[in-house]
Amino acid sequence: MAAVLTRDIIKKFGEVPAINGISLTVPNGEFMVLLGPSGCGKTTFLRIICGLERQTSGDLLIGGNVVNDIPPRARGVAMMFQSYGLYPHFSVRHNIAFPLKTQGVSSIEINKKVEWASQLLGINHLLDRRPRQLSGGERQRVALARALVREPTALLLDEPLSNLDAKLRASARQEIKQFQQRIGVTTIYVTHDQVEAMGMGDRIAVIDGGRVRQVGTPAEIYDDPADRFVATFVGAPPMNIMATNGGYLGFRPENFLPKDMIEDDAFTEFSYRVDRSEYLGSERIVYGAVEGFDPKQVITAKLPPAHVAEESIRPGQWHPFAVRNSALRRFDKDGMRASRH
Amino acid sequence: MVSIAEPVAKPATPFRFLLDRRDLLGAIFVAPAILYVLLLVGVPFLMAVYYSVSAYTIYDPSWSFVGLANFEQIIGDPVFRQTLYNTFIFTFGSQILGLILGKFGALVLLRPFFGRKFVRALIILPWAVPIALATVAWQWMFDSLYSVINWTLIALGLITRSEAPNWLGNPHLAMLSVIIVNAWRFFPFAIVIFLAGITSIPQDVLDAATVDGAGFWRRNYQIILPMILPITAIGLIFGIVFTFTDLSIVFLLANGGPVGATSVLGFQGFQTGIVSGDVSHGAAISLFMLPVLLIVVIAMLRFIRRREI
Repeated sequence: MAAVLTRDIIKKFGEVPAINGISLTVPNGEFMVLLGPSGCGKTTFLRIICGLERQTSGDLLIGGNVVNDIPPRARGVAMMFQSYGLYPHFSVRHNIAFPLKTQGVSSIEINKKVEWASQLLGINHLLDRRPRQLSGGERQRVALARALVREPTALLLDEPLSNLDAKLRASARQEIKQFQQRIGVTTIYVTHDQVEAMGMGDRIAVIDGGRVRQVGTPAEIYDDPADRFVATFVGAPPMNIMATNGGYLGFRPENFLPKDMIEDDAFTEFSYRVDRSEYLGSERIVYGAVEGFDPKQVITAKLPPAHVAEESIRPGQWHPFAVRNSALRRFDKDGMRASRH
Repeated sequence: MVSIAEPVAKPATPFRFLLDRRDLLGAIFVAPAILYVLLLVGVPFLMAVYYSVSAYTIYDPSWSFVGLANFEQIIGDPVFRQTLYNTFIFTFGSQILGLILGKFGALVLLRPFFGRKFVRALIILPWAVPIALATVAWQWMFDSLYSVINWTLIALGLITRSEAPNWLGNPHLAMLSVIIVNAWRFFPFAIVIFLAGITSIPQDVLDAATVDGAGFWRRNYQIILPMILPITAIGLIFGIVFTFTDLSIVFLLANGGPVGATSVLGFQGFQTGIVSGDVSHGAAISLFMLPVLLIVVIAMLRFIRRREI
């Protein structure tokens, strides 16, 4: 296990830039999530780390050694692919053993390791099956076992949960996280799903346009977004951003409440015209516009249904709403955070 | 009120909607193909069976039943046994050579390079050129005097004029020559099969193998080849069936010679049955292909089924 460090990695496909200088440090044992929209370069970055792509410039260090010119097989990293990439013509046992066979490990040692990895993931009973005979969740475990069997320096996961159904995804999320904590392997996890990122990452690197927009703990990313992109990419519904003179004002929908619900003294009041509201059981999402700002811009509020009276959000009417000043975020005209509180 | 769908005005006759019936329409569409196969494959096959158990020749066209005597006679004939052996050598030799060329061709064509589309179009030519034309060209390549191959070897200083091989005059070289020409015809087909197979392998699987530490050869022989084996076997079945029954290259290039060294079943059947007029023995020789091919095809299909992934 080892730390992974990149220095100003740039990758161009022909003239098209995919990664515009990413410098990232993932300390030993950390669970780092790369979060970004599709096409932002996060998967390319992962492929550079495991050696499937060669960066155009910049350095990659694994365990303190520059590995720019070291082929994938010698880097010691393991990768789990979006569709798992299991070998369909091998049994599960053979699939898990393959990374050891390529390293010339003795067959006695291979048997022990396969036993260990399959035990760890609870797939002992599947060892003699072929991948096509497995369910999606089982395939995912086999892929994970194959990635872990040779005790990699770093574990790279490329959207590993995207092929699972919603219910399985929640439990798999839990499992991967617990498992990573148990064996303490440095993990880089690529996803476009903010729930996965927030729920699993020790730290999150938000990536857009081949650049890291912000690196931080889930709380830092959510509460103190470094720019408008991060503010609107993380959170559902996203942060409300309104243009003011010479900049932008942002606040999260759950901080935008009827004025009488604010207990703090320092708050900013808005007149809010409610257009429509959605009752979602545990929360109510309200859509409307704020007086004095662009009337076409939809401003959302996320309210706890139990504590909000019907008349205070009646559609078609103006209501006094407010945001605590500590929950307001200001961005300059370029969309960067203007001042931190 | 305007009615969009006119009600059926005429009384419905039983034939009016006949073509709307799926089963009937299907039968009508399939009928020409079935007729074609029955008339041009089925009838000749049955006639071959009919003649093979008779003493029919074009000089004595009376039919008399002789049982399996014709088969006994041809099996006892060393020339026929040599022909059977030749057929196997010709078939498997050219298939193996074609597959090897096809695999390397496919690997080359998978990588992007300048003019790849042009080369892809070009490489299909051996398959598209009429077989007679191509064979005539090859005849010049192997000519005893004007052989392009020999001239090249001499020009390179590798052999002298007196050592130049007589490709179609030497029995072993003649067999090698017909194998080379047939492999040359077959390899574009093999390339297409390999390309289809390789491009159908998910990139994730190949990437996983690379990250798992497999180099070029291991990826090729432990991942790619086993995964394309089923489609390759199907291609090979086609190749074997076509080659085993073929006589055109042998006929045009070497005419079965020298001294029967390149004679194959199709060629000998034609020579005996049509040229020499001994129809019953010719039919028996041709029918010999059937059990052999049946065994090969069944064995390969079973193999594919077992390897199914």
